[in-house]
Formats: sequence, structure tokens, C-alpha cells
Amino acid sequence: MAASCMAASELLHNIKLIHFVRRTSSSRLHFSSQLLQAQRDPQQLVGVVGLEIHAQISSNTKLFSGSSVQFLAPPNSLVSFFDASLPGTLPVSDIITVSIISWKLVKCSTSRSDVYFPICLKVLNRRCVEAAVMTGLALNCTINRRSLFDRKHYFYADLPAGYQITQQRRPVAVDGMLTYSVLGGKKRNQVIRKNVHIKQIQLEQDSGKSLHDDVHSQTLIDLNRAGVGLMELVMEPDMSCGEEAAAAVRELQLILQALGTCQGNMSEGQLRVDANVSVHKPGEPLGIRTEVKNINSIRYLARAIDFEIQRQTDVVQRGGTVQNETRAYDSKSGETVAMRDKEGLQDYRFMPEPNLPPLIVFEDNASLPAGIDACQAVVVQTIKEGLPELPSIKRDRLVQLYGILPEHSFTLVNEDGLMEYFEEVMKSTKREPRKVIGWVTNELLGLLKQQELSVSQSPVVPAALAELLELQEAGHISSSVSKQVFQEMWRSPGRTAAQIIREQDLGLVSDAAELHRICQKVVDSHPEEVCAIRSGNKKVLNKLMGLVQKETKGRADPVLVREILEEKTS
Amino acid sequence: MLGLTLKEVSVAFREGKISPTELCKKCLNRIKKTQHLNAYITVTEELSLKLAQQSEARLRQGVSRGPLDGIPFAVKDNFCTKNIRTTCASKMLKGYSPPYNATVVQKLLDQGAVLMGKTNMDEFAMGAGSTDGAFGPVRNPWSYAASYRTQTGAAPDSDWVITGGSSGGSAAAVASLTSYLALGSDTGGSTRNPGALCGVVALKPTYGLVSRHGLIPLVNSMDVPGIMTRSVNDAAIALGVLQGIDVRDSTTVPAPSALTELPEDFDVRNLRVGIPKEYHAPGLSEETLAQWSRVADLFERAGARVEQVSLPHTQYSIVCYHVLCHAEVASNMARFDGLEYGHRSEMESSTEVMYASTRHEGFNDVVRGRILSGNYFLLKQNYQHYFVKAQKVRRLITEDFRQIFNSGIDVLLTPTTLTDAARYHDFTQEDNRTRSAQEDVFTQPANMAGLPAVTVPTALSQRGLPIGLQLIGPALEDKKLLCVAQWVEQRVGFPSISDFHNSQESRNEAGVSRREQTSAV
Repeated sequence: MAASCMAASELLHNIKLIHFVRRTSSSRLHFSSQLLQAQRDPQQLVGVVGLEIHAQISSNTKLFSGSSVQFLAPPNSLVSFFDASLPGTLPVSDIITVSIISWKLVKCSTSRSDVYFPICLKVLNRRCVEAAVMTGLALNCTINRRSLFDRKHYFYADLPAGYQITQQRRPVAVDGMLTYSVLGGKKRNQVIRKNVHIKQIQLEQDSGKSLHDDVHSQTLIDLNRAGVGLMELVMEPDMSCGEEAAAAVRELQLILQALGTCQGNMSEGQLRVDANVSVHKPGEPLGIRTEVKNINSIRYLARAIDFEIQRQTDVVQRGGTVQNETRAYDSKSGETVAMRDKEGLQDYRFMPEPNLPPLIVFEDNASLPAGIDACQAVVVQTIKEGLPELPSIKRDRLVQLYGILPEHSFTLVNEDGLMEYFEEVMKSTKREPRKVIGWVTNELLGLLKQQELSVSQSPVVPAALAELLELQEAGHISSSVSKQVFQEMWRSPGRTAAQIIREQDLGLVSDAAELHRICQKVVDSHPEEVCAIRSGNKKVLNKLMGLVQKETKGRADPVLVREILEEKTS
Repeated sequence: MLGLTLKEVSVAFREGKISPTELCKKCLNRIKKTQHLNAYITVTEELSLKLAQQSEARLRQGVSRGPLDGIPFAVKDNFCTKNIRTTCASKMLKGYSPPYNATVVQKLLDQGAVLMGKTNMDEFAMGAGSTDGAFGPVRNPWSYAASYRTQTGAAPDSDWVITGGSSGGSAAAVASLTSYLALGSDTGGSTRNPGALCGVVALKPTYGLVSRHGLIPLVNSMDVPGIMTRSVNDAAIALGVLQGIDVRDSTTVPAPSALTELPEDFDVRNLRVGIPKEYHAPGLSEETLAQWSRVADLFERAGARVEQVSLPHTQYSIVCYHVLCHAEVASNMARFDGLEYGHRSEMESSTEVMYASTRHEGFNDVVRGRILSGNYFLLKQNYQHYFVKAQKVRRLITEDFRQIFNSGIDVLLTPTTLTDAARYHDFTQEDNRTRSAQEDVFTQPANMAGLPAVTVPTALSQRGLPIGLQLIGPALEDKKLLCVAQWVEQRVGFPSISDFHNSQESRNEAGVSRREQTSAV
């Protein structure tokens, strides 16, 4: 037991500062050194990373049909005629949803005849449009008042129409910026802000899923996902390594989750990231890039990119040329491998989607044409006003409110639920935030990481931790004992700190007679040390104090003990 | 009875002169007798009788659903019909039964109309002759009318003429008196062309006025469900039922006005009729030209202002149409991969091989050719040169029309086709592409511009075959267009096919009197 406690606390010590960005430390070390070299030596190759991100919009229904959206539903149970691309079906919103604005005809009197023309139309799922606009606003994009849909053609078994409806020519949002941070400096505790340009956000349909059955050499198709609304975000190649890309994606994930526009779970495919990676010498044109796919976690994203940069660097240094190809990341080997079926040049033969008129969004209620109900239209101003608190604002607020360090605010916000946990603890304790943050980011997060638990799965709830901290604050237990009690609480959830302290007799010993007795015993059995103190070496007193604490298993009130020992050795 | 208009039948129902079931049986019987026309791919006999019985019950109880209740109608086989085979005359969809009804079909069924069957066509509506379908060519009913037989001395089994296309089956169904109303589709003239050659009224409404949901597309931006009837008023009744917004088709527009029947006495005084000079095209037959002049004169004599107008970009319409059509075809046909529905090849060594052989086996040469060229036009390096340019010219063509209508012209009068119907053997001397380019020359610009257009039969040619003229109106002025069309109809005196004994049935009685010999002779 003692041994395992030892090991645990060691581990705890090692990982106490780890949060997401630092988990990529192995690659980070490699690349920060490479970057440093590059700065010194312009001939050194550096990585250039751009990202294409597909974020599944959280919406109850699909983009152009009324089918439900649900993860893990029985195969092909959420498929409308349109989703299956039955001949003659057209992309529209379901008849039941209220999100339909039909062609509004405006009568325009000319010299003699009246000309009618369409001014506004929204046939697709309104929620999806709002989500894209909201995401665009949160990423500082320009929202196109009028955007267009296109068909992108390719044959694939899970793409039943043979084309995907997307926004190639004029997407809903363009020209934005995402600010994210990485930790730098010698101690990796400096928060360094970085920017990545968002080229565009486009609305598009998701494809179905292919399940390859190698045993019977057949492919099974599930169209439940076909037609679900996606936002494709294109991040410009402003990043230089896996750590930066990972931090940018994590920040995006937090923003999407704060907005509620995408659940952002990479392992469930709600957020899919493809990385465009190349290497070049600074100041020279960008190198030939590869596209790395099949990355299903942020950690793998960093690893895949760093592997790919290293691979390309090796190729170039050997005098070879990088092939423009699509590569898949194999998380088992940690390597990227060329994808066989994506060989050759794909020409997607883009074409305007003829069944969907332009998508119109309005600046504000005043710009709505007569006869259009504000609740039927997508109004940018209304969405802007309803934007929730974004992660960067959250962090600033935490730093200001609690006086904690910026890097702690990162940990709090970047770990799902940790900020809420912290604030919950703060509500029921009088302890200083700086003390509480240590508990939350070290003790709590350490154990969670060690056991691969999420914050919500913590055996110690915020109120329980607050109670423990209160007991320590009130002087009932020492700080070392409080950590011991915390471990105990973790192991046996439901038992309160007070119970544990009582049952295991961990309360602070402040009975003067008892302490006098123990101190006397120590003084008596260590005459040499007492001699040394008496001859002026006051430091030796600490050794005696330690011995007393050992006798009391750390429960003795250190102030009292010092007083007594000083008296007995004077 | 079979030769009546649907309006007249509706009255006959009410007066008890005939019951829907009796009429349905007569039509089914006639379908059997005219099987050689190959107008139907599928005859829904059982369902037809059931629907007729239901209609009859309603009529007996005095709860008729309106003028279409009990009326036999036919539907081109590219409109989806629930649980009824819908093939697009292609091997690709042989045996395919959709799980839903096209909006237009549903609307007719809701009105109590009686579906007789699905009509033959060019494969996926790609053609102008109804000669290029997997179920064989459609024969023009007038091939067997005494008028044609006696005039030309044609041999019954070799000298038959085509219906035009691609909605030839629907035109033949209405002309051969097996249905009172038929749905066609019109992308470049596919309803009006066979309408003219088979001597029926054929309307292409304004783009967006009638829902395309359930119409298996050719060119989404030009496709319009077409209406074929024996009178202009019947077409108006049908349009009144079919028009209007459909939430399942986001390109539909609200109907500008309700439409029931047309006024009997439309006044054409002060009507401005435009005669586009570019429509004096090479290949226009003397007889068609004569009909054109005749009707223009009718207008003028009645006090309308007939003036020559110019549509300078019309000459580019056909080439642009081909680029845009083929590009959309390439896209629209991508879904036929043998996975979800339709034909699937036996060759399954890989998904790619399966796709390739499925599509090779399933589509005819015409469809494959258009897919190939369409994909070529859409290639990154060609897109600007072909697709974008064609779109720009399309805009110019639309502008031509807009300017003319803005200048005060109410309606354009043009031929519908260059000549009367060609003999099958002559028609098939040229390939589908050439024929499509020739045959759609007068009809196709209206599709480019999304305008309503209607063909009205005006006379029989010297060969005893129908000639039609086309009227084109401004967008959403379908009602006014039909009023003008009816005015023409009332004055040209086009004969009914029932006036001529069917020479196939009773060849000996050929050559009985024609009700009104027209000026074409």
C-alpha cells in the first residue's frame, strides 16, 4: 500500500502540470529545438501546416432533409428518400420543420409588364445555417449575405448521389482568425498567443459510412450519416508543428462546444481533421504538400503532423522529392502511410447546384424585406447578440476574478468541466483561489489523468474537496495530512473528510500535555542533537521537529511543537 | 365519347351519360387496340379500374372532387409513381418501383383522376423522336389515320411516322384517345415537340410554377412538367390543379392567380403579337410557314398588333443548351451506380468495375455520350470555356426575351417544329444529337429563359399530319398565354383524329369526310 502510494505520488508529481498542450511534449521538444535551429540557420527545413476541419453541426435533423441525426442508431434507420438519392428527389427542408421560407416574389413594375423575381429563400435546415453563421462570427469571419451551393462529384459507395452538395464558389463565411495559445519559455509556463487565418467556413453534406468486411470481401453501407450538415473550416498554413495544430484544434473545439454548434468529439467523428503538411526553408516558396487523414484524436493529430514533417525533412535531405499524395495516420505505428485508393488527380467537376437558390442571410431586422418574418430568416445581428462567453474571455475572467496565473486559466478552461469544478469548490470554501487552484490542477487533475477519468467522473465531488480544504484552513489537519485524506477520499467515495480524519485519527494533536510528553521523549533520546542546539546550532531543531512529526504521523501542531522544543533545549 | 375533351367528359359524368368505370374500360380497351403505337410502357389496368370505381362512388354520392374526378390520365415514365414501375425507358431503371408519387401525380390522384399507365419516351428524356428508349420507338397515331394513309399511300407497317419526343408516349396517348390528359416533361421542347407532331395541345408552364419533385431530372434548371390535352381549356384546368408552391421543390413559386377555366371570349384587340424574325430558320417547311402566316393574319384581322421582333441570341441557344444539358446530365446520372436501386451488373470484381459495367450496361449510347461530354465540360480546365460561357449566353438569351416583353409585346408567335412528323426510317438516318439540335430549335429558347410556352395544333399538312404553332409568353403569364392559345384554337378548326376512321382498324373505310379541311391543303 505504501509502495503504491509512493508510486502514485511520484507520478502525480510528474504529471501535475500536464494538460492537453503539454501532452505532446515528446514532439514539442523535438520541434522547438528544430525551430531554434531554423532561426539560427535559414537553410534548415521547417514544417508548414494547414488544416481542413469537418465539424458535424449539432442539429436534430439533416441539412436538406427531415431525417433525424443520431450517433449509433441502427444502420440505415435515419434515411429519407432524398438521403438515399432516390431519383426525382430534391434537396429541401422537411415539411414539418418551420424553417422554410419560400420564394418571395417581389413585384417590380417596369414600363408595361410586371416582373417577378425571387429575393429570398431558405429551404435548408435553418439551424445549420445559424450554426455556421454563429461559428463564423466567433471566428471573426466575414459573413457572406449571399452564399451559393455547388455539387462536388466523385464516385464513392457511401456517397449515393455521386456528388456532395457543398459551397465551393461562395461559402457562408470567409476570412476569419482563430487565436490560440501554446505554452513556451524555459519552464513552459509562458502563455504565447498565436493566430491562424480561417480561409472559409462552408456548409456541406456529410457522406454515409462504408464498413469493409474483408472476410466476405464486401462493403456494407450505412446512410444514417448521409446528408448530415457539416461545416468545413479551412485553416491556412500558418502553423509550423503538431503542437501548434493541436492547440489550434483544441481551441476551436472549445469554441464550437461553447457555441453548441458542434459537439466536437473526434472519436465519434463529429470533428474530423485533415492536415496539409509540407516543409520548406524559411523565405522560400512552400514545398509540395501531403494531406494526412484518418486522425481521430488531438494527440494523434500532433503526432501525425510531427511524423510527417520529419518524414518529409528526411526525404528532402536525402535529395528526394515529396509526392503530392494523401496519407493515412496509423496510430499503432505512429506513422503516416500513402493511401492506395486516393492515387491520381481527382477532378471534382464542380457545378452550381441547380435545385437550390442562393442562401440569403440578413444583417439585422431592419434589413429584412417586407413580408419576411424575422423568426423565419437568419439575422446576423440577432446571432451576434446571442453569442455565449468564448473560451478566451472565460480565461481572462478567471485570471481577473480569482487572481490566478494565465497558465492555470488555460488548464481550467481546456480540461472539460474543470473550470466548473473549480468554481464550485470556490463557492464553498474561504481558502484563497491560488491555494485551491493548486489542489484542482495538481491533486485532482493528476489522479484523473492517471486513471484516465474525466472531471465529471471524479470520485471526489467539489463540495467534498471544499470541506477538506475548510478543515485544513481551520487548522484541524496539517497540509500533509490533508493530501493523505484526499487520497483516502478518492479511494472510498462517499466518505467525508471529517469521517476519514476521525476514523483514522488524523486530527491535529494540539494537546499540550501530550505534545510535552512526546517532545520530552525525543529530547531524552537525542542528547547529541540537544547539545548541538545548546551550543548555538539552531538548525538541528528542525531534525527534532521532524522526529516529533514522525512520532505523531504528521499530526502534531508544528507551531506548538517548535515552542515546546525550544523551551526544552534552551 | 373517347374523342371528347375532359371538360365534356366531366359534364357527361354529371349528366350520367357515362360512368367513370365504363369510360375507364373503354380507354383500357382502346389501349389494347392501339398497342402497336407502343405509347405505354406500363398499363396500370387493375389500379385504373380501382380508381375509376372509387371515382364512380364519389360521383354517385354527389361528392365529386372536381373537373378531373374520373378522368383517365397518363404519365410519362420519368415521373415517380408509388409502387408502380418507373423506368425512364432505360435498362438502368427496368423494374424500379419508387416508394413515392411525384407531386404532380399526387395532385392529379388527389383530384380523383384515374391513372391509366406510364408512357414511353426517349431514354431519360434524351431525344426528340421517342425513338431512343429501351422499350422501342413510339408510333404516331396519325400514321394510321385515314388522312395520312390516303394522302401518301403509305404502307401501314413500314411508313409510320414518329411522335417526336421525348414525351412521345404521352402525346400518342392523348392523340390516340386512350387518355384525356397526359403529363410530359419539357426541358428543350420535349412536351411541345411531340404535342405538335401528334396534334394535341402541349403546355410548358413557367419554370417553377409546377413542382419537379418526383420528376427524374434531365436538366434541373430547365425541366418543367408539361401538360398535354385535347383542348387549351383542358390544359388550363390541369394547370390550375398542378401549379403552386411545393415545399419539396425549393425552386417552385406561388401561383400568381387561381386558374380554373378560361373565358370563352378573349379579346385580342390591342394585343401585341411578336413574330421573331430569327425563327425563319433554315429547314422550315413551306406548310409550317404558311400556317404561321395564316395565324398571324388571323390576329391582325382581329385587331391585334402583329410586329416583327428580334431575339438576336436565339441562334446560340442550341449549342449553349447542349453544354448546360450535358453538364447537368453528367451530374444527375452520377447516382445511378447500381448500389441503392436499379440495374446492377454481374461484374463485381471491385466496386469500380461494378460501377463501370453497371453504367455501361444500364445506359444507352445517347445517355453515355452526354455523360462523357458533360464531364468534359465540367473539368477544371474546361469549366470556364464551356459551362460559364454557356451560362453567360443563357443570360443573354433570357435578356432578349425580357427586353421584348418589356417593350410591350404580350406574346410571341412561332412555329413549334420545322416540319410535320418524319417517317421513322428517315428520322433515324441521323443520330440523336443531330436530331435533338434540329428538332428543338424553336422550343428550346423558352426553356433557357424559363418562360411559359404552348403549342396549339392548327392544321393537317398535305401528308395528313398535324402542324402546330407555338405561343411564348412572359414568366408567370401562363393564364394569359392560354387565353391567347384558346383564341387561336377556336379559329383554326383543327380536326379531331376521331373524325378519321382508323385505317388500322377498318382500312376499307378510309377517306371519309374531313370536318374542316384546313388551309394547309
